[in-house]
This record gives sequence, structure tokens and C-alpha cells, in this order.
Amino acid sequence: MTFLGLMIPLLPLLGFLVNGLLGKYLPKGSAGWIGSLSVLASFVCVLLIFKDLQAEQAISIDVFNWIALGDFSISFGLWIDALTMIMLMVVTGVGFLIHLYSIGYMHGDEGFTRFFTYLNLFIFFMLLLVMGSNYLMMFIGWEGVGLCSYLLIGFWYKNEPFNDAAQKAFVMNRIGDLGFLLGMFFILFHFGTLDIQTVEQLAPGLASNGGLIMIITLLLFIGATGKSAQLPLYTWLPDAMAGPTPVSALIHAATMVTAGIYMIVRSNVLFALAPDTLTIILWVGVITSLFAAIIGLKQNDIKKVLAYSTVSQLGLMFVALGLGAFSSGIFHLVTHAFFKALLFLGAGSVIHALHGEQDIRKMGGLKKLIPITYITFILASLAISGFPLLSGFFSKDEILAHAFEQNKIVWIVVAVSSFLTAIYMFRLVFLTFFNNFRGSDETRSHIHESPWTMTFPLVVLCILAVLGGLIGLPAIFHVSHWLNTYLASVTEPSAALIHHGDGISHGLEIGLMCFAGLAAIVAIYLMYRKYVMQKAIPESEESQQGFIKAIANKFYVDEFFENAIVNPVFKLSEWFGTFFDKKIIDQIVNRTATTITSGGQALRLSQGGNTGTYVLAMVIGIVVLFIIRLLI
Amino acid sequence: MEHTTQLVPLNWYLLLSTFLFCLGVMGVLIRRNAIIILMCIELMLNSVNMLLVAFSSYSGNSDGQVFVFFIMVVAAAEVAVGLALLVSIYRNLGSTDIDLLNKLKW
Amino acid sequence: MNQLIFISLSTLTIVSALFMVFSRKPMYSVLSLIFCFFTVAGHYILLNAQFLAITHVIVYAGAIMVLFLFVVMLLNLNTVADQIKTMGFRVAAMIGAGMLFLVLLASLKSTTLGTFSFPEDNGMGMVEHVGMRLFTDYLLPFEISSILFLSAMIGAVLLAKKEKR
Repeated sequence: MTFLGLMIPLLPLLGFLVNGLLGKYLPKGSAGWIGSLSVLASFVCVLLIFKDLQAEQAISIDVFNWIALGDFSISFGLWIDALTMIMLMVVTGVGFLIHLYSIGYMHGDEGFTRFFTYLNLFIFFMLLLVMGSNYLMMFIGWEGVGLCSYLLIGFWYKNEPFNDAAQKAFVMNRIGDLGFLLGMFFILFHFGTLDIQTVEQLAPGLASNGGLIMIITLLLFIGATGKSAQLPLYTWLPDAMAGPTPVSALIHAATMVTAGIYMIVRSNVLFALAPDTLTIILWVGVITSLFAAIIGLKQNDIKKVLAYSTVSQLGLMFVALGLGAFSSGIFHLVTHAFFKALLFLGAGSVIHALHGEQDIRKMGGLKKLIPITYITFILASLAISGFPLLSGFFSKDEILAHAFEQNKIVWIVVAVSSFLTAIYMFRLVFLTFFNNFRGSDETRSHIHESPWTMTFPLVVLCILAVLGGLIGLPAIFHVSHWLNTYLASVTEPSAALIHHGDGISHGLEIGLMCFAGLAAIVAIYLMYRKYVMQKAIPESEESQQGFIKAIANKFYVDEFFENAIVNPVFKLSEWFGTFFDKKIIDQIVNRTATTITSGGQALRLSQGGNTGTYVLAMVIGIVVLFIIRLLI
Repeated sequence: MEHTTQLVPLNWYLLLSTFLFCLGVMGVLIRRNAIIILMCIELMLNSVNMLLVAFSSYSGNSDGQVFVFFIMVVAAAEVAVGLALLVSIYRNLGSTDIDLLNKLKW
Repeated sequence: MNQLIFISLSTLTIVSALFMVFSRKPMYSVLSLIFCFFTVAGHYILLNAQFLAITHVIVYAGAIMVLFLFVVMLLNLNTVADQIKTMGFRVAAMIGAGMLFLVLLASLKSTTLGTFSFPEDNGMGMVEHVGMRLFTDYLLPFEISSILFLSAMIGAVLLAKKEKR
């Protein structure tokens, strides 16, 4: 079991090394298969462990003692328990499908080998992140996935805006990472260890020091907002769509952006001890969820819509965490990984078919031309919208039920944002697949269904997106909630610390579910009427007015950051460059030099070459020496 | 004889040789003629010699006198070389004024 | 008696040394230095260092100073007038030397001399004794100093030789 556990991260690393070092000696196109198979092998390892590992069990693998300083030591250790298992299956399973998809999608790209090298490296770091037994290991993975995200967003580095997007993602993440790092220092200082399990055990003992736990959790949460694109650090995620679409699916929908949620669930005891932090998380999640959903309403780029949808859904997960419903957060994370990866891959398939066109106003009528993509895409859209009995319906409903139970205002806002989800998703679906094609005839003649490497992942993910809800059926179906039971060993310690309500009655829960399902259906119908029956097409940017215009421009958040932070920094550095550097630093240097030169010119006169003067100086020197000798 | 004569205190020799030494230093400083300067150096050497002999006698140890002997040897050698240099300088500059020897710079 | 001799000898030494330093003409300087050396030889005799006194007269007065005399006469330096430096430099030199003297005096004052026995005439300064020391304990330095002499001689000849044009 230990061996299998080690193989999980090592196989993608091997794939990375082979592709990265030997890539150019291998036959063209083999990089894709090497990358995919290494992740598949890793997935098989995960399944083998999953088969044997009981939910309560955990495997601890100490690879070696990494840092040893006196009493303090950090081991290079891996830790596999129920939560890790879930994450591992998502990362390697979805990761493999996306690798497979990329073989078709990236076919013919000049950076084909490089792409799979980065992708494998990303999987390696992501596995390290979820398997790390201490915060430092987690941080390595955390930074590693950030790096890979940067590399992959800027994958087409010859395009200047793409590079800017990559840098933006990197800088935004760095702000969050600083929070994580500081949180780590606090933990190390007060707990004396970074080992997550030890910290979780020690934490209740320090609970009396409420402020400390709150600071730690807040700092960790800042890290999570950066990585998981929450307010106010979310703006990098929509820009990150500059990367190839499989990257958006893998990194910016299914895995990396959920790292923040994973991290909070992993340290759930700490967070449960800081109710104020949970409240902050709750409201950040609520606001982000609504905010991003509103922006998503008016985006015309197929990937941007999905990006804002991701931000919104991540906000929903944070709502779950903020309510103390950690396993619900993970549930939504899993189902979201399925349907959002599917949506991105479907969007990628559309873009592939249209040779790079991303504007939904120039699409339309694609359902007959690319049927597999159409069917899978629409099922995923139904799932994310919360259409009854699909995976998103159950995971969302669970969060909504928790919200209803604890805070009605939260429930209303979340319900609104999930209603909006249905609206923007079906606006996208109807504009893309229905009616007639709005692009040029020449493009239309080239539209074709994607190769099997692309459609196979779509179909598999589609099945998962439809049936994914089965891992967390609510109590009204009279079957046990499998995910809750499975994660019990992880979430139990914190469950005791958080006061949950008595739960809502079955009748009320059925009512809520019916309400949510009805809302989704109504939203879909409204969109159908507007975009299919009335054949409305989003107007161009110039004709937009007032609030709509503000939404289409993403509430001017980027412009705000630009003016509030970026420009002042540029101004400041310009001032430093032109004034401070030239007038002060350079002057100090130059004056020093000229002083020494002129001093040398003056002193040079004393070297008159006159022997007599030298002798006199010598005598004076002797006298001085004598005086010193005498006085001391 | 010891009873009839008064002792010369050692301090007096110290004083005398110190004075002679300083006189030699002053000579070196104020004179410009290289020959006089050489002679002043001889004077300084002699003042030291005298001190050595005085200490040697008063402590009943003849090492000091042997030292003086060697100093004389060195002085003689020094004077021989020094004067040869002087003659050479005079031949080139037509003077023994050390203020003219100001090539020793930079 | 001894003190009297010391004082008179010292007076002569100092006066002749002063004359040597301040005399305008090199010839006078040389002659007064010769006289000064004779008085120093007197001091040596007073200190029971008879052999050294004789050597001193022979080496300094006889050899070194004659050499000086030769050079002065050979170069005809007596005609060169006013070879004392500028006023400012002279004052500086005076002050420097005076300071040195004062400092040396001060340091002498702060030293405590050991108790010394009376300088008896125990034959320590006689030629046998000094010769014994030189040829036994100090044989090696003695031989080396003769080599020094040889090299000084060769050097002097080389330096003073007229350069070939």
C-alpha cells in the first residue's frame, strides 16, 4: 500500500521527466500518450488503494525526514485518508480524461510536447498538494500548481495579452500565498509543528486563545481566496481563460481552484474553532457567488461565461464551508469538477470545431453539426443549473438546505445566484447550439465533430455529471449519504465543535428541492423563449446602457484595480526611476566619487617629492608614536 | 680611587645622549646639504653608541661594547656607500642640495 | 672629580655638535664634528671602555671624517652658501626636534632605572676582553660584518666610478 501511495505522485513526475527531458527525441505525438498513460497509471493506483482502504483508515508515508532542527522536524511525508482519496480520484480521474482530450485538442500545436510536460508537472504538484502530510508539503504543491497555472495560461507566449494574463494570475495568487505563508508561520510558532494531524489534535487545547486561531484561519483563508478565486482576488480567473481550453478545464475548473476548499476542509478543526472566520468565509462566498453570477449574465465569450460560473460555484462551496458543512462543500467540489470540466471540454470542442471562434454571437445552430458535444454540453448545463435528479441538483440542494436551516438571508441570496446560474448557462446553450449558424459560410463548411480522443472524455464525464449525485443522496431517498459517511473520519472532530441545527424536516426538504428544481426549469424556459423563440442576439457593447453596461464590463473591477493599485505603483516606480534614482542614489554615488577624486588631487600635493618634508613627517610621526606610547 | 671620586649618575649619560640625538635630528631637518645631513646621522649614531657603552659599563656586561663595535662597522660601511652616492649625485646635478632631489614623487 | 670631567667633556661635546649643525660652511662642520668625536672618545675612557675609545678615534676621526673631508674638498662645497632651509620649515623642524627631545625626556623620567654597580676598572673594556668576546661568542656576526664591509667597498667603488657615456 505504501508503494502504491508513493507511485501516485511519482508516475506523473516520471511522465513529466520523460516528456521534458527526452521529449524531442521521442516520435512526434507520443508525448500525449506518455502523459495520459502516466496519469492513468496513477489513477489505477488510487483505485487499488481505494479498494483496500477503509474509510476510517489512513496511510501515512514518511518518505524521509526533510528538515530536522533540534526538536523541530518536518518530514517529507504523504498522508492518505478519506478526504485525500476523494481528491485523488478527482484529480487523477478527471485529470486523465482531460489529458486524453488534450491529445485531440492540441493536435498539431507546435508546443504539443511542452504542453504535456506542463500538464504532468501540474498533476504531480496537485497530488503533492492533496497528499502532503504537513502544511509545508501542501505549500509546495500549492506553489507548484500556481507555477504550472502560470506556465499554461501563458502557454501561447507569443501572444502578449496571454502573457499579461499569466502574470496577473501569478501576482494575484502571490497575494493569497503570502496569507498562507503567514498562516503557516503562525502555526509553526504556536503549535511547534506543521504536521496537519498533530495541529488538528492540538488545536482544541488552544481554543481558549480564540484570537490566535482566528488569525491563523483568516490568513489561511486569504490564501484560499487567492487560489480559489474569491472576492477580491478573483479577477485572475476570467483572464486565465487565455490558456488552452483543456487547461481551463483541468486547472481553472476541476482541480487547482478547488485547492482552497480542500485546504479548509483539511484543517476543518482549526476553522471550526474560529466561528468568526467561518462567518467571514460564508459572506465572502455568498457575495462572490452572486457577484460572479451577475457578471456571467452578460459575457459573450463562451469561456468567460464558464469562468464566471466557476467563480460563482466556488463561492457556493465557500458558503458550504462557512456554514460548517464541510462534506457538502466537498460534495459540490466533486460534482462541480465533473460538470464544469465537461462544460469546458465541450466549449473546447465547439471552439475546436469553429477553428478558434469564442464569441457566442457568432455561433448558433451547432446541435446538428456536432451532436455528441451538443448532448453532453446540454446535460452538463442541466446539471450545473440544478435540474432535478442530476448531480448538481443534489449537491446544490444540500448547500441550500444547510443555508435555509441556519440563515434565511444566505439562503435567499444563494437561491438567487443559482437561479442566475441556470439563466446564464442556458443563454449560452441556446445561443451556441440552437437556431441558425451566425458565422461565415466558409467556417460553417469546416465544422466537424471532434475525434474520439475528445468525444470519449466528454461521454465519460457526461455520465459522471449525470450520476455523480448518487454519492450524496439526501435522506429523503432513504439511503445513507455515502459521501458524508465516507468523510466522517475527517469531519467528525469539527462536527462536535459546530452547533448544527436539528436538521430540517423531510417535508420541508422536499419542498425546498421542488422549489429549486422549479426555479431551474423556469429559468430554462425563460431563456428558451428569449433566445430560441424570439431569436434574440446579445446586442453589441456600444448600445448597452447603465447597469447592463456595468455588468458587461465586469463591474469595472479590473479598471478599479488598474487605477487603485497598478497605476499608482507604476507612477511610484516612475518617480523612483526619474527622481529618486537619478537625483538621490546617483548623486550619492557621483558625489562620493568626485569627493574622493578631488581629495586625491589635494593630497597629491603633499607628495612633493621633497626628501626633507618626508623626514619631517617621519619625525612628527615618531613623536606622536612616543606620545601615544607614553600616555597609554 | 672609588672613594675619592664622585660617581657620575647614569641619568646624566641618558640626558646627554638624548640631547645629542635630538640635535642630530634637527640637523637632518634643517640642513639642505646632503653631506651635513650624513654627518648629523653620524652624530645620532654616536649618541646611541655612547648610551650603549654607558649601560654596558654600569651593568658590568661587555655585550653593549661589542654592539657598539658592530655599529661602528655598519656606520663606516654606510658612510662609504653614502658618500659614493653623493659624489654620483653631485656629478649629475652639480649640487648636493637635497631639495633638488625631488624626483621621489608619484 | 669624575663628575667634573664629565661636565666639562659634555659641554665641549654639545658645543661642538651645535657648531656642526648650525655652521654655514661644510668645512667647519666637518672639523667640529671631528672634535666632537674626540670628546665622545673621552667619554668612553671615562666609562672604562678603553678599546672602544681607541677604535672610535681610529674609525670615526681617522677614517670616516677624513673621508668626509676629502669629499667636501673634492666637490669644493665650501663655496656653496646658505644651505639652510626656509624660515617656516626651519621653525617646524625646530619644533619637531624639540618635541622629540621633550617626549624622550618625559619617557626617561617615567622609566625606573635598575640599581647599577659602580663602574669598576675590571679590565672589561680592555682589548683582551673585548677581543675574547668578539672571537668567541660573536664570531659569526664578526665574519659577516667583514663581508658587509667588502660589499660596501665594492658598492662605493661602483657608485663613484665615472659612468661611461
